[in-house]
Amino acid sequence: MYPGSFDYQRPQTLQEAVRLLGTSQGDARILAGGMSLIPLLKSRLVSIPTLIDIGRIDELRKIGNTEKSVTIGSMVTDHEIENSRIIGDRFPLIREVSRWIGDPQVRNRGTMGGSLCHADPSGDWGACFIALRGKAHVEGPNGSREIDSDSFFTGPFSTSVDISEILTAIEFHDIDGMVGSAYEKIERKAGDFATVGVAVQISIDEKGNCTYAGIGLTSVSASPVRAAKAEKELYGKVLTMRNIESAALAASHECDPTDDPLRGSADFKRYLVNVCAKRALIRAVKEAGGVL
Amino acid sequence: MSEGSRTLRISLTVNGKKVEGDVEPRTLLTHFLRDKLSLTGTHIGCDTSNCGACTVLMDGYSVKSCTMFAVQADGSSITTVEGLERDGKLSRIQEAFREKHGLQCGFCTPGMIMSTAFLLKENPHPSDEEIRWGISGNLCRCTGYSNIVAAVKYAAETSGGDSN
Repeated sequence: MYPGSFDYQRPQTLQEAVRLLGTSQGDARILAGGMSLIPLLKSRLVSIPTLIDIGRIDELRKIGNTEKSVTIGSMVTDHEIENSRIIGDRFPLIREVSRWIGDPQVRNRGTMGGSLCHADPSGDWGACFIALRGKAHVEGPNGSREIDSDSFFTGPFSTSVDISEILTAIEFHDIDGMVGSAYEKIERKAGDFATVGVAVQISIDEKGNCTYAGIGLTSVSASPVRAAKAEKELYGKVLTMRNIESAALAASHECDPTDDPLRGSADFKRYLVNVCAKRALIRAVKEAGGVL
Repeated sequence: MSEGSRTLRISLTVNGKKVEGDVEPRTLLTHFLRDKLSLTGTHIGCDTSNCGACTVLMDGYSVKSCTMFAVQADGSSITTVEGLERDGKLSRIQEAFREKHGLQCGFCTPGMIMSTAFLLKENPHPSDEEIRWGISGNLCRCTGYSNIVAAVKYAAETSGGDSN
């Protein structure tokens, strides 16, 4: 299957890419790993006059390691993320999520940046990005800006990254205290999109009080979404089985899944959110050294 | 790469040989390999990035050649299943698939073998579970996978550190 014809640009620098995007008058789109975009082009669900391939821009391939944060360039592949000790040692959640993405071949090409910009409601990275309260760095004709995880997704397959902007990196800040995390995903078969996915990051202080709670849900709303009410059930409290159960239940109520013939009814998915959130929170609390 | 041109000149290394070609931007890597270079060992199965029959190595990494444009492979080094044998002798992995009967109809086999090459390069001694995850991007509708897993295991045992 061939996609429709398109023009292809391959800038060597970010500045050139931004300029090309600006002169295209909205006709151009960014090609990163292509693991979502190319199948869409081939099946002709979308047609794009100009593709700007950012695969050769070296500055987008870097993993930045500072005292307070890790920055993942938008062209760092899922495979590189999976195998990066800088990322995995500081954010075990990112490493765990990376292993759930597609299959080895997809991870060798796919990128976190491309996945977030594609904004599939079932994307794994979205839940992780939300749980860790990541920041997206974007570059456009008016310079650079940051977008926080709560204002990044604006609906199915849409984000607040402007058509003239390029996502350059995703930054994750360290979380103080004793930390624990987990990603619980239910899938029909290896490499499938999530039926339901729940990413959890928590932190507790020496008294066992919850000082950070991040819960990202995927496949159960118009886009990956924060379980804000569930997080509220945890903040400032000693994490007990009872608190975890109320948080998991809150998450299952606040999401908005749809019936789908492939992966089950909305009620079933709500039930799975409850189960996955509970499992993920139990694992995260134990990892943080909490006693349940 | 000039702006707005209809065809683009690409040059890459395929199975150790330098090749050049003029391609439309929309030409898929798999079509370039099969139609321009007549390397039909790389199969097109689902054409939707699910089945992995089109898997080749690009700079050592397994990729689905039906989900890449040939222009993206410009300047890279590609290995297809044809590139594994040496002087008419099958590679260890090919030998292992024959020895353990890791195929029935053979359609998925080139992709399975290329995924195995990548897996064993990254992890020379995988467990059964790691093998199954390693080939999770490749579908086989005949074997039920048992003999494929046995073949990968056998290849690992007999490779002596050579990932081919």
